[in-house]
Amino acid sequence: MPELRIIRNYVGIKDSHTIESYMSRGGYAALGKALKMDPDEIIDEIKRAGLRGRGGAGFPTGVKWSFIQRDSKKPIYLCCNADESEPGSFKDREILEQDPHQMLEGMMIACYTINSHKAYVYIRGEMPYGASIIEGAIKEAYDKGYLGRNILNSGFDLDIVLFRGAGAYICGEETGLLESIEGKNGEPRPKPPFPAQIGLFGCPTIINNVETLAFVPHIINKGHQWFSAIGLPKNTGTKIYGLCGDVNKPGLYEIPLGITARDLIEEYGGGIPNGRKVKAISPGGSSAPLLTADELDITLDFDSLAEAGSMLGTAGVTVMDDNACMVRVAQNLAHFYRDESCGQCVQCREGTWWLEKMLTMIEQGRGKMEYIDTLLDACSQMRGTTICALADGCAMPVESIVKKFRHEFEEHVRLGKCPFENKHMGDWS
Amino acid sequence: MPFSEPLKKRLNTIISKHETKRSALIAVLREIQDEYQYLSAESMEEAANMLEISPSSVQNVATFYTMFFTEPAGKHVVWVCRTLSCALRGAEHVEHYMCDKLGVKTGETTADGKITLMEAECLASCGTAPVMLVDDTLEENLTKERVDQVIQELRED
Repeated sequence: MPELRIIRNYVGIKDSHTIESYMSRGGYAALGKALKMDPDEIIDEIKRAGLRGRGGAGFPTGVKWSFIQRDSKKPIYLCCNADESEPGSFKDREILEQDPHQMLEGMMIACYTINSHKAYVYIRGEMPYGASIIEGAIKEAYDKGYLGRNILNSGFDLDIVLFRGAGAYICGEETGLLESIEGKNGEPRPKPPFPAQIGLFGCPTIINNVETLAFVPHIINKGHQWFSAIGLPKNTGTKIYGLCGDVNKPGLYEIPLGITARDLIEEYGGGIPNGRKVKAISPGGSSAPLLTADELDITLDFDSLAEAGSMLGTAGVTVMDDNACMVRVAQNLAHFYRDESCGQCVQCREGTWWLEKMLTMIEQGRGKMEYIDTLLDACSQMRGTTICALADGCAMPVESIVKKFRHEFEEHVRLGKCPFENKHMGDWS
Repeated sequence: MPFSEPLKKRLNTIISKHETKRSALIAVLREIQDEYQYLSAESMEEAANMLEISPSSVQNVATFYTMFFTEPAGKHVVWVCRTLSCALRGAEHVEHYMCDKLGVKTGETTADGKITLMEAECLASCGTAPVMLVDDTLEENLTKERVDQVIQELRED
């Protein structure tokens, strides 16, 4: 399947992040067009385009926007979630650093649509360079009159501010993000109420991902028919796939939704280094259940992966070759979630800790056979029992690894050591 | 030690740009840490006074976010990514190599106070693994040679 660049079209071109570059290729025309449209017309356009959220959940963006009561007496907020921290995902960083005006224009259109006059870009603390680019881009937009009072003589006012996080994966969870902007720990809130009713500072709020917002101006410019003709039914448009791990050409590839994992790895990734074979892939960021080498013909779209018991998530695909120790992979992931658990819910705080502990013991040859079923039991008790999805994000991949690679766990216990020795750690020189 | 007048002025500007005083907390802590390299109990208390919140709520936030240091840290902080995509490309070797070169364990600061070595969770640069964040600069596709250069540059600064 050929690459189709909509968002990545100008990546790598000199000064692509500047407003001059953006405007020279038609940038901010969509804003002018949108400001003359009725908000319902815009929502309808986004709905008919079939745009689904690119942050992980795949929720229809137009439907999300329609949840806002636009005549609310309270202020309405939009937050752009630029807290990209999902292991295996690195697509938003590129948009933020190389072509951020698409996202800002998308935010402006979204704000006009939901009647918001104040929006935040929440960028993770570990992206200082991206933050400096966004700060500059916002300033450029004010200077050109795309932000501020009476934008393009439409009577519409909008301010966008940058908010920098300080290191916490959980702030990518939408209500954790809101808590963080309010100056608190990024501890997710129970839902309902959903942010569209009670969000930032207790006001109606929409949270959208960077890539999702970047698509908006393109759809307004070219129309829903154009967008919905790309990709698969109900899985429309292109997707920026991230490819990393044991693959010859890691990187970002923008392709119509629905390429198979095999084609992505072979056609784009150039296959596996040193003539090795795929053992497993994580298809959508680390929270997605893993797929085995026998499942590579599944297409990487929202619905096909859900049917296969996994998820598209952020479409960050991590490849593990047949040298990889799957116990070690599970242990690495459990460590991540244990480290990033906010600690509010017992099932998550304790569950991630115990998973890592048991996996470490098995990896080090100190595990017992009964740990394997205990792992599965712990995973099942972590799923769907907590305020947010972080515990699920840990339990789902770990459970899939234990179930699909159980023989490796048993071999660790039987041998009293890791059968892969040092090969699983990757080479480095 | 009370905040200097220029720092106070910068903090007040930051606070004035936020919708509520409390919502300025993270930006305020970052500014203070940039000045002193870490957040001392005294500086957190002073921040609490400026924001009209309790010192414990400042400490709560300062210890929740990984990029804040409540103990003295080095002049430079190196964050080596340890998460899966980097691990598959040798991140553990990178970390061990850094520890050996610097003579510290992860989480410690070199004796000359120059460099603090930290483990980072996924830095969102998996396509160029292994990576590390050196203060504000992301170092990608790390090699031993590049790690040596970075350490040299930090030591000389």
